[in-house]
Amino acid sequence: MAERSFAREVQDLRLSAGQEFRGEGILAVTKALLQSGVGYVAGYQGAPISHLMDVLSDAQGILSDLGVHFEPSASEAAAASTLAASVMYPIRGAVTWKSTAGTNVASDALSNLASGGVTGGALIVIGEDYGEGSSIMQERTHAFAMKSQIWLMDPRPNLPSIVAAVEHGFALSEASNTPVMLEMRIRACHVHGSFICKDNVPPPFTLTQALENPVADVNRIVLPPASFQHEQDKIKRRWPAAVEYIRKHGLNETFSGDVEQIGIICQGGMYNGVMRALSLLDLADVWGNTRVPIYVLNVTYPLVDADLVAFCAGKQAVLIVEEGQPEFLEQALHGILRKADVNTRVYGKDVLPMAGEYTAAVVTEGVRKFVGASVPSLLTRTPPSAASVLADPRVKALAEVVPARPPSFCTGCPERPIFSAMSLVEKELGRHHIACDIGCHLFSINPPFNLGATTMGYGLGASSAAAFNVPASKRAISMMGDGGFWHNGLATGISNAVFNKSDSVVVVVDNHYSAATGGQDIPSSRALNPSRSTRHPIEEAVRGVGARWVRRVDRTYNVAKMRNVLKDALTTAEKGPKIIIAASECMLNRQRRERPLFLAAVKRGERRVKPKFGIDEDVCTGDHACIRLSGCPSLSVKRSADPLKQDPVATIDETCVGCGNCGEVAEAAVLCPSFYRADVVHNPNGIDRFLHRVRTAVIGALQRRRDGARIALA
Amino acid sequence: MDASALSYDRPFGIAILAMGGQGGGVLADWIVALAEGEGWIAQSTSVPGVAQRTGATIYYVELIRPREGASPVLSLMPVPGDVDVVIAAEMMEAGRAIQRGLVSPERTTFIASSHRAYAVTEKQKPGDGIADPTNVEVAARGVSARFYCADMQGIASQAGSVISASLFGALAASGALPFARERFEDTIRAAGVGVEGSLRAFAGGFDAVRTPNAAAAEAKTEAPSRVVGGTPAEQAELTRALARIDAEFPADGREMLRVGLARVVDYQDVAYGHEYLDRVARLPPDLAAEAAKQVAVALAYDDVVRVADLKTRGSRFARVRDEVAVRGGQILDTTEFMHPRVEEVCATLPAKWGAWIEGSPAAQKMLGLIFNRGRRVRTTTVVGFVQLWLVASLKPRRRTLLRHGREMAHVDAWLDLVARHAATDTGLALELLKCRRLVKGYSDTHARGQSKFDRVIAAADRLAARSDAADWIRRLRDAALADEDGATLDGALKTVATLETEPARERLPA
Repeated sequence: MAERSFAREVQDLRLSAGQEFRGEGILAVTKALLQSGVGYVAGYQGAPISHLMDVLSDAQGILSDLGVHFEPSASEAAAASTLAASVMYPIRGAVTWKSTAGTNVASDALSNLASGGVTGGALIVIGEDYGEGSSIMQERTHAFAMKSQIWLMDPRPNLPSIVAAVEHGFALSEASNTPVMLEMRIRACHVHGSFICKDNVPPPFTLTQALENPVADVNRIVLPPASFQHEQDKIKRRWPAAVEYIRKHGLNETFSGDVEQIGIICQGGMYNGVMRALSLLDLADVWGNTRVPIYVLNVTYPLVDADLVAFCAGKQAVLIVEEGQPEFLEQALHGILRKADVNTRVYGKDVLPMAGEYTAAVVTEGVRKFVGASVPSLLTRTPPSAASVLADPRVKALAEVVPARPPSFCTGCPERPIFSAMSLVEKELGRHHIACDIGCHLFSINPPFNLGATTMGYGLGASSAAAFNVPASKRAISMMGDGGFWHNGLATGISNAVFNKSDSVVVVVDNHYSAATGGQDIPSSRALNPSRSTRHPIEEAVRGVGARWVRRVDRTYNVAKMRNVLKDALTTAEKGPKIIIAASECMLNRQRRERPLFLAAVKRGERRVKPKFGIDEDVCTGDHACIRLSGCPSLSVKRSADPLKQDPVATIDETCVGCGNCGEVAEAAVLCPSFYRADVVHNPNGIDRFLHRVRTAVIGALQRRRDGARIALA
Repeated sequence: MDASALSYDRPFGIAILAMGGQGGGVLADWIVALAEGEGWIAQSTSVPGVAQRTGATIYYVELIRPREGASPVLSLMPVPGDVDVVIAAEMMEAGRAIQRGLVSPERTTFIASSHRAYAVTEKQKPGDGIADPTNVEVAARGVSARFYCADMQGIASQAGSVISASLFGALAASGALPFARERFEDTIRAAGVGVEGSLRAFAGGFDAVRTPNAAAAEAKTEAPSRVVGGTPAEQAELTRALARIDAEFPADGREMLRVGLARVVDYQDVAYGHEYLDRVARLPPDLAAEAAKQVAVALAYDDVVRVADLKTRGSRFARVRDEVAVRGGQILDTTEFMHPRVEEVCATLPAKWGAWIEGSPAAQKMLGLIFNRGRRVRTTTVVGFVQLWLVASLKPRRRTLLRHGREMAHVDAWLDLVARHAATDTGLALELLKCRRLVKGYSDTHARGQSKFDRVIAAADRLAARSDAADWIRRLRDAALADEDGATLDGALKTVATLETEPARERLPA
């Protein structure tokens, strides 16, 4: 079960023709898939498209009513391979993942799929994780489209355009027998807007029909001589067919304007930014009217050469607004215009930056430079800018005080004690090479732990330590989450280490979910999921591929135990990979699961105990060693009211969930006796009350005796 | 189409800066629902990504009145210098909003919560790493059109709700949006989650903007001067000590001397209070104020007896009940996390025994087997409480314990050094006094702090000939507080070592 419930949003998937859908962009895509008669959907979760997966997971009822098959794939490679169902059968299929990370993983299947081509529409919804908020390397999916001849749609970021792109995407795919990628930028995925719905359409040809009437054609399989024919077919038939469909249905849009000597060509996703830039220069308004003609590439690959030539011909200059690098579109435009002998000057990455996100400020500045260089008389207004504010010495002084806020482990996260333990081990055994993976545990590279050297990809933690399989006085440590483990870490990491007789230590963090992507279930999840098979222990899997030294810690909060197991793994004489499975439930999901139950039970009058941690202010000396070994958001500092304490003392705020890490760390690291756990017994029973009375009487008497004898200045 | 055909309608932009888990998304959703309910068109976006795991996140909303037959093209991100409302859910995030250029003096209504959520980099410093938000407030007032600032987190907590609700109230009160207060409240009701608490927090946020309190004057705590408890003889001695403060010390040191006296008497006994005054009196009068503070800290060193004493007091029990908000009918059970090592056991033994065990590896090993493990003491049970209570009853015998002799020797050596330098360089003596701040923590942390203290202090004799000796000691102390393992201090000490040979080529570490 995912971190967020979409019970309400799921109801929106049932809306029928004429009704208005209001919500997030990525949910609009989900509804559009159903309106397009999709037969199956698969994918791998990850920001910014996790919500598409989560909402479909919560919508099993609607999907089965429609006859749509949905499955969360084991990886993006698995998701891309799922599209094989559309190769021979007229079934529309959609898959989704975050890109370019996921597209890298999916590439093998995508290349094969694109080579043989498809019969039913194959749509790949790409969450383009680029710019602010991105968690991955800054690359472009565009390159994958070009190398494999997959068409790439980049619709304007409003819900009607996005929904139309889904519908046309399937049709374009079918018209050209080619898979189509639909690129959704982060903000477009999360944009709140509305569109008018159509009825959902059950798939006209179903997977059941396909299974019962199998078809195969050796010419669609990538093996010589067919593979050579595929390449020719892509160029000679599929590409022209795609261009024809794009032209015929007007997928790219032209917005005319009276200043015809110049024009702007932009990716669909850049359109709103371009319009805002023009508005700020008094060259457009908020209702979509523009004085500078704009040609919007809702399909960025392939380009429609004739349209571009027609748009540019007769213009003195055009600006191409293309986010990301290298500048594929700009290069292509130069080639197209040169071949057509059109002399229009092309501006692009000369007035706009080559790399980095095209923010409102960047686009505005680029458009201003372009207009200023081509028709200076049009520049009558200086767009707003933060330059004068940023130059203010009072604002410059902020650089001294405003701290960075790198992402870190949540309050009560079970991964924190693993790294607390690792810090303690390093204090004893010295620094080690630590190979990291993708997942929440990667936050170990940030303060206060600062642990970790590299990350090579999802599930690749163990394999990224493969080279360090040589005799040395220290062993390499590698990390892997349970998400990465099932994604591919079992094969590329564990099995690889066993086969190559690696002597390294692998820590598999088993928090019961694919937590970083929003808490989706995976094979080792402990929850009983009615539609999936869960509860497959990681321990059995690693033993199954031949690992012998396997230790499982079932409560990672036991820092001392965690430290001892790590130390054991680093010092044992036993050969072969040392696998530690550190298992405790993701606190975010655990709280979501347990809190309502706790509150309900208390309300019913049942006895429940709620733990919370605290610090005795007068015992704390303000050294903050506890914080350096924890970094918990609820463990903070405050100024002491005691004039004799010069440094801030540690304090635990009300967000503490009572996980116990700070107490365990204080104990394991022999830090200080300031920490206490306060267990509040709700609805105490008779025994509780009796013991409480006795204890209060005895303790109270002793306290009064001593307090009475104590002399003090007050 | 020409310039005259363009509309001058302008969308209204609202940027929200929050930290992961603060509910910035809820606030954005409320604003959208409110505007849509009023017939406006609303668009919101966000870039949560990994930032939702405790990092900083920005939400952006644009609103516009609809126009027949037209759809607006709204921006997915704020334009620097062109944002109407900026809401920051924490004071340093307010600073970040300014740094991002979102706040402009012409346009922006700037609403910020004055509370602080410290970043890890601020919290982890062994000394005081807290960044000063004054700069943020100065800049915020300077570069916004209107600035509303109050502790929105405090208001929300008091109302049993979350900060998004109090900020929504502040937005309503700011008058930046042309919607009535009731419509805001209806939006909260319609969302249907935690309505009552949210409405209380909303009202609190609203009032904080409409009728801002004159900043509550910081309650100045009076230095203690009233004698309570004890025997008549003790009372007389303590009264005499108070009189000594007025008679023997300059006026500017008396308040801190009373604070210090209260501490050491509470720590040990009245005689200890006189010992404290004797020690401070060894130093020249112009050092009295600082010495009053540092000598009290030194004399009230943190030992096992002190911890047991503090943890078993009735006032402490009351404070814990208060902190975890135990309500009627609920029962509190408190567990302490302790880990006394053999070193602490020896330190708590009579000096002779302790020293003997320290000299005997076999005895240490045996004691280690018994003691060296984490102990969880349930102080709300009779058995747990009595354990600590008994340890605390060693207090009258503290002067005979191994640790005490060592601490006093250490304190006196330090005060000798201070007194020696005070004769020639008061500034240097003052800085040497302040170095006591380096000694803190328990077990290893304490040992590390003491070693830093010793190393800094040891530099005094080498530096004494220089006119800037005091500056150097201050720099060394700051260096010692910069990190845990003392790397910065080592670097600074190396610099000090070069000073003697090459005085012309100074390199200042700070």
